[in-house]
Amino acid sequence: MSEQRKGSTQTVPPSEESSAHREPSAQEQAWEKNTLQPALEKNPERQTEFTTISGHPIRRLYTKANLANWDPSRDLGFPGEPPYTRGIHSTMHRSRLWTMRQFAGFGTAEDTNQRFRYLLAQGQTGLSTAFDLPTLMGYDSDHPLSEGEVGKCGVAISSLADMEVLFDKIPLADVTTSMTINSPAAVIWAMYLAVAEKQGADWKEISGTLQNDILKEYIAQKEYIYPPEPSMRLVIDTFEFGVKNTPKFNTISISGYHIREAGSTAIQELAFTLRDGLEYVEWGMHRGLHVDQFVPQLSFFFNAHNDFFEEIAKYRAARRIWHKAMVERYKSKNPRSWALRFHTQTAGCSLTAQQPYNNVVRTAIQALAAVLGGTQSLHTNSLDEAWALPTEFAATIALRTQQIIAHETGVTNTVDPLGGSYFVETLTNEVERGAREYIDRIDAMGGMVAAIERSYPQREIAEASYRYQVAVDKKEKIIVGVNDFVAEEKPLDILQIDETVAHRQAARLKKLRADRSQAEVDRRLNALRAAAKGKENLMPFLYDAVKSYATLGEICDALRDVFGTYEEVAIT
Amino acid sequence: MPEKKIRVLIAKPGLDGHDRGAKIIARALRDAGMEVVYTGLRQTPEMIASAAVQEDVDVIGLSILSGAHNTICPQLMKLLHEKGMNDVTVLVGGIIPEADIPALKQSGIAEIFLPGTSTQDIVDFIHKRVALS
Repeated sequence: MSEQRKGSTQTVPPSEESSAHREPSAQEQAWEKNTLQPALEKNPERQTEFTTISGHPIRRLYTKANLANWDPSRDLGFPGEPPYTRGIHSTMHRSRLWTMRQFAGFGTAEDTNQRFRYLLAQGQTGLSTAFDLPTLMGYDSDHPLSEGEVGKCGVAISSLADMEVLFDKIPLADVTTSMTINSPAAVIWAMYLAVAEKQGADWKEISGTLQNDILKEYIAQKEYIYPPEPSMRLVIDTFEFGVKNTPKFNTISISGYHIREAGSTAIQELAFTLRDGLEYVEWGMHRGLHVDQFVPQLSFFFNAHNDFFEEIAKYRAARRIWHKAMVERYKSKNPRSWALRFHTQTAGCSLTAQQPYNNVVRTAIQALAAVLGGTQSLHTNSLDEAWALPTEFAATIALRTQQIIAHETGVTNTVDPLGGSYFVETLTNEVERGAREYIDRIDAMGGMVAAIERSYPQREIAEASYRYQVAVDKKEKIIVGVNDFVAEEKPLDILQIDETVAHRQAARLKKLRADRSQAEVDRRLNALRAAAKGKENLMPFLYDAVKSYATLGEICDALRDVFGTYEEVAIT
Repeated sequence: MPEKKIRVLIAKPGLDGHDRGAKIIARALRDAGMEVVYTGLRQTPEMIASAAVQEDVDVIGLSILSGAHNTICPQLMKLLHEKGMNDVTVLVGGIIPEADIPALKQSGIAEIFLPGTSTQDIVDFIHKRVALS
């Protein structure tokens, strides 16, 4: 008999024949006959099919029969050892809690510096910088296209002068900093390194993470500037520079977060992210770097969505796939390349504008999944983020949520408490299989850059996103406060971004341009342009340019001159 | 004689690239029988107004999540007025603080759809509105 029914919101990859060869034990068969069937006749189930939020079908019950080919010594192992299903450290959160790293940034560098110092004072253990849209797109605050966007979605950074203010009185030798920037990542990183140098911090010792993941920009978030080839060159330049100069810095955070926010399923998030990771590894090796030289500096970033067990399965499967790829595909010999380290952020797209206080609960459950899935660092969203950037009040509750999980719930007392669960292990296997199928398809297309140029991942995500919306509109998936349990309510007090930010930034830029040596700026920008036309690593040229106080926009324009810009084929 | 289809321009103004909502709406309106043109990303108000004239649309749907609505919407309304497109229905979907809604409507935006709106509500609104005009 088959209980596998196809749900209307089912995901594309047909990896659901998971339990097709299931052979229930005599005891289980007896239970079905004697206990289950009479119960179903009396009380039919609420739905004919149960699926995860991604549309993945879920059985009534998981037993040993689901794990017929599962070998715990091969598939589960022990924490801190391959295949890392149970986590990358032998003691996990018993030794060291995850880094509580709240993403923050708004207004000017002064505004965000103040928020950073507040968060550190509240017990946050790492920084994470949100940049505004002009910065993310490589435009100065006074560029015409920046109008209306300065300081709105993050902090406005147009030059090294802004970066110096952003990290004023924050010792970069001691605090690890994550920077969410992609297309202009190399430029912003050069600014960060310049600030570190000015503070007297040793580059060999500083640590942090540059997002720097351009592939997911083409796939999902769409904040790209240059075409894929030169963009990938910039990424590999940072890898190469990082290997030599900043061995403790994560030069990339390969991100599924944005893929999921764009509407993908959990399996798509996992598959596209890991395939992006393999693409970076291959481009790095093609540059002449040895796999075990640079892969230990690659990190990952996943979403934590509402479907608790599916998310946990995703993190566990991620580690297993990565380990296997490193060892089998790239013949890596260094365990530091095998262990997939990741940051997690709770799902922004799951937050509701309606009854926003409910978001505290959603975020807490999502965060718990990330912790049980073995995350290395975590951002919890604030209750008001379906409306605006968070107020200090809302951001504090979000941080407290992590502290409660860490110190009150007891879930950190043991490693991988869900290991061995029939359900969690089966789901981990299924998610892994689904992701592998996607990875194989993308390999067959010639890799991720080729797949992106064919709009393959973009189209798969758009399909999944539309399927989910249809399910919500039909109330096949319930969102509390949105399509059920609706109530009248008062508007929330939200953070207002000071509209004078753009003027203050423009004035600062004007002064900067007047005070610096224009001849020196021109000389260094010309050197950058010349290098961009060749094959040299651009990091030293970017570093020289930012030190002369050339602006972000000027530097990105110099590269636009050489690389051109990218326009996607819009699909709907 | 076939009934004339409602023509809609879905536009994504500003620097933001988060196009999940814009794409869902484009597809939902198409599934509801409308003719939909999607501009793609990073459209200036000038580009949107020109596209609206060129495509001779009944409705413009703007997707804005970045907080730039108070800058973009009045600029677009002014341009549409200058081009004589006074009958076009302009809708905004996205993250718009409640406090900003009255001024946006004052500027001529017909309706603002906040997060959580069902696609059917938007389809119904357009049908009603275009039938009236």
